[in-house]
Amino acid sequence: MAYPYRHDSEVRLLSEQFGNPRARTLEGWLELGGYQALKKALGMDRAAVVNVVKESGLRGRGGAGFPTGMKWSFMPKKEPGKPHFLICNADESEPGTFKDRELMRWTPHALIEGCLVGAYAIHAEHAYIYIRGEFFEAAQIMARAIEEAYAAGYIGKNIFGSGIDLDLTLHIGAGAYICGEETGLLNSLEGRRGEPRVKPPYPAIAGAFRYPTAVNNVESLIAAAQVVQNGAEWYRQWGTEKSVGTKLFCVSGHVKRPGNYEVPLGFNFKEFIYDICGGTPSGKAIKAVIPGGSSVPILTADELDIGMDYESMAAAGTMLGCGSVIVMDEGTNVVRQVRRMVDFYAHESCGQCTPCREGTAWSAKILRRIELGRGTPDDLETLLDISDKMTGKTICVLSDAAAAPIVSSIQKFRGDYLALMEAGDFALAGAR
Amino acid sequence: MADETTPAVENVSVTIDGMTLAVPKGTRLLDACAQAGVDVPHYCYHPGLSAPAQCRMCLVEVEKSPKLVPACVGTVADGMVVNTESEAALKAREGVLEFYLVNHPLDCPVCDQSGECKLQDYVAAEGPAMGRTKEPKRVLGRDDFGGDVLFYADRCVMCTRCVRFMREVAQDERLTVVQRGHRAVIDTFFDEGLTGNLWADNIVDICPVGALVSKDFLHKARAWDLDRTPSICPNCTQGCNVRLETRDNQVMRIKPRPNPEVNSHWMCDFGRLNYGWINREDRVEAPLVRDAGGRHVPMSWSDALLRLADALRGHAGGAAAVVSPFAANEDIGALRRVMEAVGGGGGVFRCEQGEEVVLPGHPTLALRTDRAANVAGAELFGFDRAGGADGKGGLEAAAAHTGVLFVLGDELADAPADFGANASLFVYVGQHLSPAARNAHYVLPSTTFAEMEGTFTNVQRRVQRFWPALRAPGMARPAWQILGVLLAGIGDAGAPGTAADAFAGLAAVRPEFGMLSWGDLGAHGAALPEAVGQAGD
Repeated sequence: MAYPYRHDSEVRLLSEQFGNPRARTLEGWLELGGYQALKKALGMDRAAVVNVVKESGLRGRGGAGFPTGMKWSFMPKKEPGKPHFLICNADESEPGTFKDRELMRWTPHALIEGCLVGAYAIHAEHAYIYIRGEFFEAAQIMARAIEEAYAAGYIGKNIFGSGIDLDLTLHIGAGAYICGEETGLLNSLEGRRGEPRVKPPYPAIAGAFRYPTAVNNVESLIAAAQVVQNGAEWYRQWGTEKSVGTKLFCVSGHVKRPGNYEVPLGFNFKEFIYDICGGTPSGKAIKAVIPGGSSVPILTADELDIGMDYESMAAAGTMLGCGSVIVMDEGTNVVRQVRRMVDFYAHESCGQCTPCREGTAWSAKILRRIELGRGTPDDLETLLDISDKMTGKTICVLSDAAAAPIVSSIQKFRGDYLALMEAGDFALAGAR
Repeated sequence: MADETTPAVENVSVTIDGMTLAVPKGTRLLDACAQAGVDVPHYCYHPGLSAPAQCRMCLVEVEKSPKLVPACVGTVADGMVVNTESEAALKAREGVLEFYLVNHPLDCPVCDQSGECKLQDYVAAEGPAMGRTKEPKRVLGRDDFGGDVLFYADRCVMCTRCVRFMREVAQDERLTVVQRGHRAVIDTFFDEGLTGNLWADNIVDICPVGALVSKDFLHKARAWDLDRTPSICPNCTQGCNVRLETRDNQVMRIKPRPNPEVNSHWMCDFGRLNYGWINREDRVEAPLVRDAGGRHVPMSWSDALLRLADALRGHAGGAAAVVSPFAANEDIGALRRVMEAVGGGGGVFRCEQGEEVVLPGHPTLALRTDRAANVAGAELFGFDRAGGADGKGGLEAAAAHTGVLFVLGDELADAPADFGANASLFVYVGQHLSPAARNAHYVLPSTTFAEMEGTFTNVQRRVQRFWPALRAPGMARPAWQILGVLLAGIGDAGAPGTAADAFAGLAAVRPEFGMLSWGDLGAHGAALPEAVGQAGD
């Protein structure tokens, strides 16, 4: 039952139990030392829990990389009669990302523990896990685990005799990428259309049901529970000064060994792709790599000798994002790949903001025309101009996410576009 | 220090396009810009609705802010420097406008909104000179939303004002956005759509483009051919401030005119669509005087009124009257003065009634029970309600009256054929020659409210002016003018030359009108003070 691929360079803090079905059960999880973080947290002062996470330097694993402890410290002072909420964002839907799904499939109790530790830290009495609608299996596993944990008293009234009550609800989404945006998620959770909200107010002030709310990624919460259990210093032994700890990377595309790998932040990207993932299966050279999910700028093969951490990726003009690595070899038609991504964003735009609603769909149409060999060079200028008008102009960043691969692909792979234009109607022959 | 009561609103200093001004802290940027004389283009924001900041048209540059700020939700801060015409702001707006045109059909020549369309206006002002789309447009077509509303989906800019109006103001969620992204479209839930909601036509008003149009107005007139006159809706006692929009001396449609004290930005569909009677063409066009042979003879105003004054002069036996609650304060007040000059007497008014329907999001606005504008005015001048809720009956006392009988404005459509036969003198001042009106010794053609200046008193005792929107037919004159000249003929009062004179004359009957000046009324009216020492009225 071994998990498909593993590598000795990994540091498996989160993923050690991947492939071990015993870890899914409460019994098995307790044998592995489960729920000790929760026990420890409930014995600590709430502020101390926030502090240790803050000191560890753990940054949100959902994509933006905002420090988790800092987010918790933004929660206002608890007032009687005004509930706080902790929401676990398990609406993992960035193309190329599949780490949270695996965390929930193999270690559901780790997430329950993370949610409860987080809820305790921010004075919430009720936590929600908002899980992506398509994650049928993970949702079943999570639901079973929550039931077990309730029955065993790890969730509910007076946990560990501490006098503390914590509730946890699994909420299944209806299949919309935009509900992974935290305020879109909150609207969806409340039963409204999944449309991102205008900020401010931020969720810490007016979140779920307009009460103070913290929204954290699955991986962040599990890591936070481990930090609480083992201390900030323990966590700081991995990663770089500003990008602390380990992170799960989801690798797909043209690599010999695709899958989830957990490495310390700052790990060399080139080594990661060629050594851990084994390079391309065809033996062809690598043409392009998307390092952090489809909404981040693309890197060329020459740009891979960098650290896999927030700062190095930013210095290279891209983002670590949620750690979804998509590798493309020399046979890849970049225009087609970008068109598929933009089609995705056009499909998933909620439709509130004009630049996103119209811009994504228009860009997708132009890219489709170019792909079919009917483009002209001025289309590229139009695309760049549209992208500029879509960036930083909308309520959320879906629009920016759609524009990023367009801009970076035109900058770095203009030749692919021009070749399709020259080939005319025969453009697609032999491309994939 | 911590518990100081009600701190005064602090002013902050902002600079907008180079102009520095002081505005209260927390002012919406869009409003602050308006105060600086800068009209920031916007679609989704409407002052009567919540602000979702989704059209992204009102993005302005605020110094030290990393991104452009939507002026509809951004608020002012002290020392803020706002630039609505910066390169970044202009480029963003041009971008949004081009995005709107990607799928917009550009069917302005056949679109009812053309000429009063915000998309047309903004694209003409700041949009791209040439489109760059080579792709085919998305085509969605037309949908009947029920009620008076048609939906042209392809023209829609997805500002969601209509959805928010139905949710927040009508509080009857019959519209929603279905689908998402560029496939998103406004739709109704069930087949009945908007049918049965009394406020649905307001969404046609607030639609910034030609997506929601009125079936009643469909292809009837071009916006630029309409004359617009401020007026008061005559169809119930609420007194919604409206514009009568006319062409070729006909009312084409009625639109609400914002007045926070009365109707906010809204009006009901009953009032809005019930304008056909204003356009009736079967009108009396000349004074008619019955001759010795019993025939009506057309006559000049001076001859007719001289004769009538002669007949009335010295008469002190009192009078009876039937007045219309659609008549102006000035008309009814002038009649009351004429009646007092001939010995006084009682009178009635008849008013059709219906169920009151409140607008939930603005509960001081309702379609009122009484379906005529000036019931309060008729009551103030001493006329009593008679007849049924259908506006008929109640004429027995007037029919039996043997002295002078006046009818003002009431068409007498349901009166018996011999109505007025008992009266020694029957004077009919009105618009239509019904069989009963034909019995009058004097038929004096008067104008409707749409053809004259005057005031109505609404259910909240608010006196509001209306202005002439149509030319009066033939020799028809405002009743206050007819009756004012008559009063001058039989007594020693001077005839009123203007509506302001006629208004000033009301104080002779009801002193509280003396506490209001014509100038106080303005475009939005003023509350009529309670009279001192007039208890029991």
